[in-house]
Amino acid sequence: MSELSVEDVSVTLGQTRALTHVSLTVRAGWTAVVGPNGAGKSTLLRAMAGLLTPHAGRVKLDGQSLSRWSRAERARRLAWLAQQSDARGELTVREVVQLGRLPHLGLFTAPAPHDEAQVDRAMADAECTAWQDRRLQELSGGERQRVLLARALAVGAPYLLLDEPTTHLDPVHQAALVRVIRRQVRQDVRVLSVLHDLSLALLADRLVVMKGGRVHAQGARDEPALHAALVEVFDGAIRIVRVDAQWVALAHWDGA
Amino acid sequence: MTSPDRRRRARLIVGLALGSAALLGVGLGAGSDGWSLDALWRVGSSPDAALIVGQIRAPRTLGAWLTGALLGLAGAVAQGLFRNPLADPYLLGSASGASLGVVLVLAASALSGHAISLVTAHALAHLGLVSAAFAGALLGVMLTLLLARGAQQSTRLLLAGVVVGVVLSAFSDLVTTVAPEAMRGKQAFLLGNTGFLGWGSCAALAIGVVAAGALSWRLARALDALVLGSDTAVSLGVHLQHTRLALVAVMALATGLAVSQTGLIAFVGLVAPHLVRRLAPAPAGYTVLASGAAGGALLLLADVLARTLIAPQEVPVGVLTALLGGAYLIWLLHRRAAT
Repeated sequence: MSELSVEDVSVTLGQTRALTHVSLTVRAGWTAVVGPNGAGKSTLLRAMAGLLTPHAGRVKLDGQSLSRWSRAERARRLAWLAQQSDARGELTVREVVQLGRLPHLGLFTAPAPHDEAQVDRAMADAECTAWQDRRLQELSGGERQRVLLARALAVGAPYLLLDEPTTHLDPVHQAALVRVIRRQVRQDVRVLSVLHDLSLALLADRLVVMKGGRVHAQGARDEPALHAALVEVFDGAIRIVRVDAQWVALAHWDGA
Repeated sequence: MTSPDRRRRARLIVGLALGSAALLGVGLGAGSDGWSLDALWRVGSSPDAALIVGQIRAPRTLGAWLTGALLGLAGAVAQGLFRNPLADPYLLGSASGASLGVVLVLAASALSGHAISLVTAHALAHLGLVSAAFAGALLGVMLTLLLARGAQQSTRLLLAGVVVGVVLSAFSDLVTTVAPEAMRGKQAFLLGNTGFLGWGSCAALAIGVVAAGALSWRLARALDALVLGSDTAVSLGVHLQHTRLALVAVMALATGLAVSQTGLIAFVGLVAPHLVRRLAPAPAGYTVLASGAAGGALLLLADVLARTLIAPQEVPVGVLTALLGGAYLIWLLHRRAAT
């Protein structure tokens, strides 16, 4: 059985302890990682993607330590989307998305028809096929974010690690992103996404609540204990209410 | 696939191929003292003409194209690696290293009493200069890598390149102060010259073009991935350290080989990738190879002009590339400011 987990992981960035004894298993479906700024959400995702090495504990993929996988194999199994990208340059949208197939290509091999088909599918899923001939710098922030998401989808990995995928997206495109994620989940992709927008995160199947580099709580989106933990990590500055059959996080603006 | 882009890329390749072929033909008709097409017509009948065209003009012409190709290729790699359109293939210390190598050999031969201009010693001295320049260029880049503690960080690498450049140039100046006889040779090296290119040089340059071309084609996908940021590139399976070191090695070999055969030729490595990106924006693999072809065509054009412009006198080709390249960049700046 495919499984991605962190076991007792601690990470220090410079002088700062970014993660302290974090353990977590990515379950089937969509899991959102939430918490206040500096909680260690992105660091956790980066450790899981193999972009930084924990100084204690380990990240395991399918029962084997992440560091023991070859670079290409790891890249084929874990697709990661950066929080922000200042990508510019000569590449067209389609060529950017094609980069997602890099882990599947040999030394001098050109992309095969099934690679191109995966690129088509990823662009259709991220709803950016219409601009495939344009260049990144010709796109708005939101459009660019969808292209980069398509790049991550093009990997065709069983795990999708998304760091703030809703950056620059307006509500319409945020809804589109949720559709994309759910479509991926239906195809048995496990999605782990860091999200600032709590209402959006409350659409995920499960939530992991972090604070101060530790996992404070985790659970299904409907669990009252999870909601209580969320309110607690944000120092009571939010409340969670049910509107039109979905959970919404509202900020208390009293002190503003 | 993107048809307008494809068309532009195909058009540029055809243009570069036709342009290069035409220039190679024109190059055979231009001697070091200007146009002399008659030699070309008499190749079949006159042994002298056959010698001039076959042993002097042909290798010089082909060699100029190959040198330009190495510089264009290295320039495109440098601009991709540093993600900076102003990056130049010489900026990792290869130019000053090669220059120091040449100056040291010239000074040593001057101090030991063997004037290298002697006809008998000429071939040997030339070989010595070529090897010294090549070794010096590689040494310069190695020093830069050492100072930057590897190729991991672009800024550190660039800074180290500048420092190595300044220090090695200072050493060159020191040597020419002690042995002023080396000054003229150094001056000639700094101006760049395609006049010494023979078939041996062409063979070495051709091997260099094929090796650097194949290696950079292989590394080009990683260069493209780096556009999305180094973390994304790593997440796609790119080994950053190996890739960057390999790219630096391509730059070092290509520029080392080029400067060792022709001396310092300015601006070709800077302008060729610019032109290619402007005319046909494309992924790095295409840009690197097309920049090679563009560099070849540019240097050959400059070489033909150098031979014919103020014939029977020859303009040092490096001076001409600097003038042409500088004018192009000024025009580019002017256009950017206007838009």
